[in-house]
Amino acid sequence: MTQVNRIGRAQVDFTKTLKFSFDGKSYTGHPGDTLASALLANGVRLMGRSFKYHRPRGPLSAGSEEPNALVELRGGARQEPNTRATTVELFDGLLAKSQNRLGSLKFDLLSINDRFSNFLTAGFYYKTFMWPAAFWEKLYEPIIRNAAGLGSLSLQDDPDVYDKGFLHCDLLIIGAGPAGLSAALTAGRAGADVILADEDFRMGGRLNSETFAIGDASGADWATATVAELASLPNVRLMPRTTVIGAFDHGIYGAVERVSDHMHTPDAGKPRQVLWRIYTKHTVLAAGAIERPIAFENNDRPGIMLASALRTYANRFAVAADRRVAIFTNNDDGHRTASDLHARGVKVVAVVDTRTEAPRSMDYEVLQGQVVDTKGRLGLTFAEVKLADGSMRTLDCGALGLSGGWNPNVHLTCHQRGRPTWNADLAAFVPGDDLPPGMVVAGAAQGDLSTADALAGGAKAARAALGLKGRMPALPEAEDAPVNITPFWYVKGCSRAWLDQQNDVTVKDVKLSHQEGFRSVEHLKRYTTLGMATDQGKTSNMGGLAIMAELAGKAIPEVGTTIFRPPYTPTAIGVLAGRHRGQEFHPKRLTPSHKWAEEQGAVFVEVGNWLRAQWFPKPGETHWRESVDREVLATRKSVGVCDVTTLGKVDVQGTDAAAFLNKIYCNGFAKLAVSKTRYGLMLREDGIAMDDGTAARLAEDHFVVTTTTANALPVYRHMEFVRQCLCPDMDVQLISTTEAWAQYAVAGPNSRKLLEKIVDQDISNDAFPFMACANITICGGLRARLFRISFSGELAYEIAVPTAYGDALMRKIMEVGAEFDVTPYGTEALGVMRIEKGHAAGNELNGTTTAQNLGMGRMISSLKDCIGKTLSQREGLNADGDLRQVGIRPVDPNDPVPAGAHLMNADGPIDAAHDQGYATSACYSPNLGHAIAIGFLKNGSDRMGERMRLVSPLTKVQVDVEITSAHFIDPEGERLRA
Amino acid sequence: MIIDHPLLGPRDSSEFTYMGDAKLIDRPDPDADTAARDFYEYGYLRDNPAGWHDELWFHEAGDRSWLVVTRNTLTHEISKVQLARDVARNRGRSK
Amino acid sequence: MHDLRPITALGGTEARIDAFDHVTIAENDGLALASVAARIGHEKGCHTVLEKLLGAVPKPGKAVLHDPEAGFWMGPDQWMIGAPRDTHELLADQLSDQFGETASITEQSGAWVCFDVTGPAMQDLCERLCAVPIRRMVAGDAQRTMIHQLGCFVIRRQDADHIRILGPRASAGSLHHALITTAHSVA
Repeated sequence: MTQVNRIGRAQVDFTKTLKFSFDGKSYTGHPGDTLASALLANGVRLMGRSFKYHRPRGPLSAGSEEPNALVELRGGARQEPNTRATTVELFDGLLAKSQNRLGSLKFDLLSINDRFSNFLTAGFYYKTFMWPAAFWEKLYEPIIRNAAGLGSLSLQDDPDVYDKGFLHCDLLIIGAGPAGLSAALTAGRAGADVILADEDFRMGGRLNSETFAIGDASGADWATATVAELASLPNVRLMPRTTVIGAFDHGIYGAVERVSDHMHTPDAGKPRQVLWRIYTKHTVLAAGAIERPIAFENNDRPGIMLASALRTYANRFAVAADRRVAIFTNNDDGHRTASDLHARGVKVVAVVDTRTEAPRSMDYEVLQGQVVDTKGRLGLTFAEVKLADGSMRTLDCGALGLSGGWNPNVHLTCHQRGRPTWNADLAAFVPGDDLPPGMVVAGAAQGDLSTADALAGGAKAARAALGLKGRMPALPEAEDAPVNITPFWYVKGCSRAWLDQQNDVTVKDVKLSHQEGFRSVEHLKRYTTLGMATDQGKTSNMGGLAIMAELAGKAIPEVGTTIFRPPYTPTAIGVLAGRHRGQEFHPKRLTPSHKWAEEQGAVFVEVGNWLRAQWFPKPGETHWRESVDREVLATRKSVGVCDVTTLGKVDVQGTDAAAFLNKIYCNGFAKLAVSKTRYGLMLREDGIAMDDGTAARLAEDHFVVTTTTANALPVYRHMEFVRQCLCPDMDVQLISTTEAWAQYAVAGPNSRKLLEKIVDQDISNDAFPFMACANITICGGLRARLFRISFSGELAYEIAVPTAYGDALMRKIMEVGAEFDVTPYGTEALGVMRIEKGHAAGNELNGTTTAQNLGMGRMISSLKDCIGKTLSQREGLNADGDLRQVGIRPVDPNDPVPAGAHLMNADGPIDAAHDQGYATSACYSPNLGHAIAIGFLKNGSDRMGERMRLVSPLTKVQVDVEITSAHFIDPEGERLRA
Repeated sequence: MIIDHPLLGPRDSSEFTYMGDAKLIDRPDPDADTAARDFYEYGYLRDNPAGWHDELWFHEAGDRSWLVVTRNTLTHEISKVQLARDVARNRGRSK
Repeated sequence: MHDLRPITALGGTEARIDAFDHVTIAENDGLALASVAARIGHEKGCHTVLEKLLGAVPKPGKAVLHDPEAGFWMGPDQWMIGAPRDTHELLADQLSDQFGETASITEQSGAWVCFDVTGPAMQDLCERLCAVPIRRMVAGDAQRTMIHQLGCFVIRRQDADHIRILGPRASAGSLHHALITTAHSVA
């Protein structure tokens, strides 16, 4: 099909032709077209089906407020539903499909819904699908979901990437129409850092859609020249294709830049869109205004659109929606559309004006009256007019422009709880006084609808924002026509007159809502769905509000308006996620021996952001338990090595370092000798255990403290809180050294023999006893730290070197340990050995347990204060029969003992009322040859040897168990001290 | 939000961790006769005003300072930002 | 002399360099680092040593780009000192001797990965990584910020086109990935 509806020239590049397809049919357009303008140029008015009734629909607008012309854009993984054809920039090879139809667009089988419209009115779903409940999931919902809804997703991963970015400026200007350009010019010439953002791909706003001049040039040419000057200023950043989606606290704005949406596919490595966070001192909101329609019977046929949209299509895109056009208006602006179209050679059949004092014209007929109905199955063919004298006229037209007045785009003024105020002259809401701090509104967004006012308002706003002094520079002359509006919202007596075309909400629905008592604006919205979905009621809210006001006998401002929230227009989840998805969802932390562990075929587990070796499978091992059992047995028999770099480490220095540790740990550190290490238990102020670790005293005024891997950050934060907020005069300095040192646990009876091969100093039991620590050197001179501490219960050490040498140290340990069959072990074996030894870990320090529960109540020093001490002494935390940590073993060694299962008495009911405790950590102990667990049991210390039942009703497990000491291995601790 | 750090100037609130009521600085005397009651109130009874509130924020992704931020919880307006260490000293805390 | 060979933060034996049209990202493996925190009551003494060492005490948000030692402000009464590793492998020990009882010194060499980002697209790259006002920063500005959820220092080395990024060493790979993908975006 040729482009039958092109009229003359415009801001479209006719020297190049672009091919595109809509519903499988090929068309052509030109650079500068939108999908909607190109389709209209090709004579295509029908672009979609409505949400509920599946009525045929064409575009209502020429901008981002579009409710109707939603298409599925692109194909395959890039298929994108609900894309507004009015904002899609045409590119070669563009592929679009209409949506929300069963069958073809012209013969939508679900248009039967339109016949049942009497049943599908407001509240229909609430009233109808209430009973029986079981029918909802099985019957109603699938049918409704199939019939309703809009486009469909590709259900594939998005192949494109999205960036985020951060910008700083003195002045952010939102909207590049006459007001925005004028503001940018004023601020840019004054040398301020300016960002000018506009959602359109062509800056100029309404100037691109109008015929009137600014100074000597056409409005569009003035805009082009102004944009060129702004582009030449290094302090001005022009951001076309960028929608400011939200105004947030303290001058932070969110903006989505569509970098590659106008291309078939983004260039390799380039993002499709960028989400910018803009920090600005001042903002000029110059977002313009949106024209509103008038409601009457069957006002939703393709070809019926906003008068300003007809004008935009004609002046900017050289497209006539049809060759025969009528206008329905309540103000002078509708006449401007008529004369522009007439000048372009389009037949203006008539202008129907609701006002008694309508302007006359030589070029077209002006009828005083109202459009009361229309005809045309898939597009407008006739409009029925009721004249002021009561007689009827039928207008033969394929397009009808509606001009019900203009609504200033106050959206962003409301994002910080601002409330718009009513302007009776415009019959519209304008920005209130409670704007986001730093924001000034200019031009049509402020209610100044003439071009001259916009130019002046923009300049003034920029000067006010930046505090510019001196005389206001002269502005070019421009159109300064008054609005002359007499409010007219809907034709009386109509019922199936669409207010919200996107959600199929009619005048009748609003009346029904009022009748049934849903009269507040927020109730109206939710009961009828008026103003929901992708357009958020940009063209419909005011109509609904006006009718509700009339029914309630109130003025419009008394009824109120709904609050606008971000985002201004629909925003892809992908751009909110940015690069943080898939493997990049969060950063990874790798230990210094990671590469070595990979070479050994280690299986890794995520612990926070860390990747830790979980176990090291050997050839022939088919089950993780085989590997773990081997690692445990080998370590207890000879020697094993485990990367423990992930433990949090904090350097604590200063003359008050020991006093500081006394404050944060419940046990005492003041008397700890230099070159000694001590276990420490940290309480929260409420007396609950927070974390545990060791503190090694390297010097009188220098400790190295460890935290658990998971709590490294919160514990550090807590330590800084105590240092800065509670003890500000203590001479203590903190810094995290977690990643500064690579640290390995070397455990097992041969661990000393192994380390003696690399440590340069004497580490015999006498020289370096249990809990010793020291700065040492290894391999002939590398600085290192050695701690004789044990998590496994064996003779064990932890050795640390600067991170860069971690890989080399691990390889060295494996090399010199070969004669002892040194075995690398992972977190699973680490866990098994600590359960065998009865050491508490995260499962036990779970945010509900006290030192008393953990069997460490006596550790809380009576000689000093510490965080959590006072509240740990509360009666409720020290009652008889409290939980105590115990060991649990199955009576039948073949039985499992699942963690999380609860302990019940050997006899009696199994229910919550008879709960005795629970298992926290469980494993198979290869040393004992059966499963074991540790857990908490009421009065547990006094119940050793008791037979109980361990039950998990959820997994239907019930095991007979015996309560034991939690120290399954070497309860006397002889191995540690060997 | 933007927090105007007393040393570093305006910083995005995303760099901070929030801990609520700055009364947490006023840790009670553990040796007082009323210590049990005092700590109970300190630990559990916090104001949650709709309006101006002194709050603790930790500049975790910054200089690791604890700050006392005076913020209006209704409008997010911030009227004052101080180093918590200075506040603590002014309130008589020492070692 | 020991025979343990260090590896770079990215796990190689050589520092990695990635060159794009308008920006180059170079892993800098040659830095020794140590933190200096003034002891309470010794702030003046600590400042004196800092001045002797660097020529000036780095102010909040600032670095002193001095040779061979350079330093930047980390927090109240706390600074990071850097120097070439070839000559200052034992920087922390050297500083401990110089500062004596006026400051607590902590070795930080292994805690950080360092990338030097240079080239005309440096600013474009930086503003897609973090919230620092890169176009307003001048040589000697040093800010801690978040890059790809990681706490990093961004130090403007030269007005024109050079920033140095210090990030947590264990996440060197993730940080490098973020830098490289962003370089693809802008260069």
